[in-house]
Amino acid sequence: MTLFYALLALGSLALIFGLILGFAAVRFRVQGSPIVEQIDTILPQTQCGQCGYPGCRPYAEAIANGDEINKCPPGGEATVKKLADLMGVEAKPLAGGEQADPVKTVAYIREDECIGCTKCIQACPVDAIVGATRQMHTVLIDECTGCDLCVEPCPVDCIDMLPVETTKQTWKWQLDAIPVTQID
Amino acid sequence: MEKLIQQIKQGKVWPFPGGIHPPGQKALSNTQAISRLPLPDKLIVPLKQHIGANGQLIVEKGQSVLKGQALTKPVANWSVPVHAPTSGVIADICQMPSAHPSALPELSIIITPDGQDTWCELNPIADPSNLTHQELIDIIHNSGIAGMGGAGFPTYIKADSRKPIEFFIVNAVECEPYITADDVLMREHADQIVKGIELMQQLLSPTLTIIGIEDNKPEAIASMKHAAQHNAKIIVQTVPTVYPSGGEKQLIQLLTDKEVPSGGIPADIGVLVQNVGTLFAIEQAVTQGKPLIERVITVTGNTIHNAGNVWALLGTEIKHLLDCQGFSPVPQQRVLMGGPMMGFTLPTVRIGVVKTTNCILAPDHNELAEPGPEQACIRCSACADACPASLLPQQLQWFAKSKEYDKLKEYNLFDCIECGACAYVCPSEIPLVQYYRVAKVEIKEQQAEQVKAERAKERFELRKERLEREQEARQNRHKRKPAAKSADEKQKVADALARVKKSDDKADSKSAVAAAIARAKAKKQTGELEPDNSEVAQERAARKEQARAYKAQKEAEKNSTTQETGDKKSAVAAAIARAKAKKAAQANNSDTADAPVDDKKAAVAAAIARAKAKKAAQADNSETADAPVDDKKAAVAAAIARAKAKKAAKQTDTAQSDELTTDDESSQVQEPSPQTADDKKKAAVAAAIARAKAKKSAKETETAQSDEVTTDDESSQAQEPAPQTADDKKKAAVAAAIARAKAKKAAKETETPQSVEVITDDESSQVQEPSSQTADDKKKAAVAAAIARAKAKKRQQEGSDKS
Repeated sequence: MTLFYALLALGSLALIFGLILGFAAVRFRVQGSPIVEQIDTILPQTQCGQCGYPGCRPYAEAIANGDEINKCPPGGEATVKKLADLMGVEAKPLAGGEQADPVKTVAYIREDECIGCTKCIQACPVDAIVGATRQMHTVLIDECTGCDLCVEPCPVDCIDMLPVETTKQTWKWQLDAIPVTQID
Repeated sequence: MEKLIQQIKQGKVWPFPGGIHPPGQKALSNTQAISRLPLPDKLIVPLKQHIGANGQLIVEKGQSVLKGQALTKPVANWSVPVHAPTSGVIADICQMPSAHPSALPELSIIITPDGQDTWCELNPIADPSNLTHQELIDIIHNSGIAGMGGAGFPTYIKADSRKPIEFFIVNAVECEPYITADDVLMREHADQIVKGIELMQQLLSPTLTIIGIEDNKPEAIASMKHAAQHNAKIIVQTVPTVYPSGGEKQLIQLLTDKEVPSGGIPADIGVLVQNVGTLFAIEQAVTQGKPLIERVITVTGNTIHNAGNVWALLGTEIKHLLDCQGFSPVPQQRVLMGGPMMGFTLPTVRIGVVKTTNCILAPDHNELAEPGPEQACIRCSACADACPASLLPQQLQWFAKSKEYDKLKEYNLFDCIECGACAYVCPSEIPLVQYYRVAKVEIKEQQAEQVKAERAKERFELRKERLEREQEARQNRHKRKPAAKSADEKQKVADALARVKKSDDKADSKSAVAAAIARAKAKKQTGELEPDNSEVAQERAARKEQARAYKAQKEAEKNSTTQETGDKKSAVAAAIARAKAKKAAQANNSDTADAPVDDKKAAVAAAIARAKAKKAAQADNSETADAPVDDKKAAVAAAIARAKAKKAAKQTDTAQSDELTTDDESSQVQEPSPQTADDKKKAAVAAAIARAKAKKSAKETETAQSDEVTTDDESSQAQEPAPQTADDKKKAAVAAAIARAKAKKAAKETETPQSVEVITDDESSQVQEPSSQTADDKKKAAVAAAIARAKAKKRQQEGSDKS
């Protein structure tokens, strides 16, 4: 009889706690940010397609499905490192031997050579080129991601990729600019 | 609070953690009075000399400017103007190396002084206490005053603080070695500085103003105390000489025991700090009207023979400063802007002095040796002890070296004031501050990139969306088009069918009656075979006709009352024609003129005119037939017809009765024709034929009655099948017209005008009514026609009786 009561008590306790846990699992469910989202935020969003996918998000999805993490040249080593941390894999050097710290560039259209074919406008993944048929085109420098995609379609090769200009805000100190030493 | 103020008044200070005691080296430069430099032969004034946006350029190359004239005007937020430091000509406006460790080019105005040093018109204010808050702020803003302690924060923004200020702190600490600019300024211009303080008090009304001066400047303390003794709200506080007590946050802590929260500004805790140089500039701007065009600069170092403080015009080249003070450079000479702790080595001495330049240091190799090679950190923690912001410089260094920017943020890198105390005490000569500076820039860059990436992502997605939308729209266009076509085509097919039928009718319309008979016969023959849609089409046509008839009627009314607004010319022509027709009618016939007494006179007149026109233009049937086709044509045709009518009216000096009857008849004929507008040509042709017959018969009716009767019978017999068989109202109209013609003929024969007239009138009205109804019911029309015919016959009989 004692055994029966003990079993009953423990059984009812188990049932109650089970219900509580079950309720909590439903009620306080935490919607974790899906892995694709997290990868997508790490990618540089140049939408350049150099990874072989049409844009950063498709590549993020591919990574989530097990693709290599070192296919993003614009992101450079830093992106690979972050992706490695996130995915729990070994960081690898960039595929294709691109430089680890890529130089940021923006497209520049030599406007007197532009024939107004609109081909670059169609190629731009972020709508950073403005212009109309037979009208000169120009690049919105602030919106350009430096993806290179407009260079190829240009029939007169009037698009250059120029390195981003340094301003006082982006200028990095030379490490020996300020002498620090004992003054006697 | 009271206790705190009490303590402050008692001279209590609250030391901040850390700090170092580097050799001051101030005696080099603080023994002499401030000297004034000879005018340089060139001034380089950068547009931007402060934190914030540049002003908008308001001068151009080649323009002569006066001393103190504004060269830019403030436009955006945080922009302050720059002024011409002396009178002269603007030699150029171009990119010049800036007073920045990078010496990155900055748009600058180059002025060639004319040597006159002529002031522009100044607006000194003797009694600033009358100025409103905004006026005072505007003066400070337009005088181009920015923080002169080193940061270059626009003063007008600080002075316009929305938060209540409890303690106004005057930074006269000048803790950096070598620099004595503030020291000598206080010695020489204490009164002006105190006036500047009072102006700030007027703006901010703080509880207490504390002037913080390091105890290594006794002369300055004395003169400031003397100048401020009349104002009980100003306290001159002596602080111990510790570097960096001149740091804003450190000074606040030192003087008020309050700490500015991380990432916050002093105003958050009710404190505002201004440099003495800035206060002097405010005083000059308000009471003298002079904008900020010069400042005190310490030119010092062992390579300077005549080290001391000078009044230098903004834009004076560093080289000029050095040359004037006797400069004998050593090999690999370095020239620093700012002090040895926080200043930077100038890449070139061809750079203009800016508002934040407080010191030019040209040291020899002994006093400021090249930094030795960096050695490994020995974890001595001397840096942490020296840090005035209580940070962990050693940790930060590791993170900075390994680029762990998240960790750097976690360790509050952005609270570092870059004072250099940690690097100063480091036994391994690690350039710690440089690491922090690089890390700070990189973090900021990363943040900017993150923002840009977000934007790029957004734009990319929007573009994708747009492309999809466009594609969808294109596909839908392709899809929808055939569907629309099919619907349209059905209609078109139906229309075409209707048209074919009509054109068939038209082709045969030479003898509409015959055609009708033929069709009737055909129908009889193929009665069952005829598809249903013909009936539907006919019904539709009937509906259309009804609508058009209504429209035509309205138009006719409009025409008559000259309310037609659409085509003015035609309306005018019509009006003229109508008027003429009316006149003619009046001349000819007083009865007709009298008859229409109501407001529709004009309409009747027009109708008469038109009738006459018809009569006259019987020869060219096609024209009259075309008339109702469209407004313009109708108007033109009407005009022509009317003209003819006039002519005809002149010619016709015949009997009234005759005229009247014809008029009536023609008006009756006229009426149905617009009703049958959908096929008005046919109708018109039919009417014309009817009329022609009527005329012919009228001419012929000089013969015997019997003959007449027989012909009539014949015609009626000929006609009779038409209304019965031809089930559309045109035929009915034709029949009616024929009937009316007969009536007319009969009326002519009977030479009893009045009675006949009455009868004809009655008849016409009877005919009229059904004819308007015919449109909706052709049977009725047929009935009416039959009635008309019966009447005509009756009248004929009567006429024959009488005769």
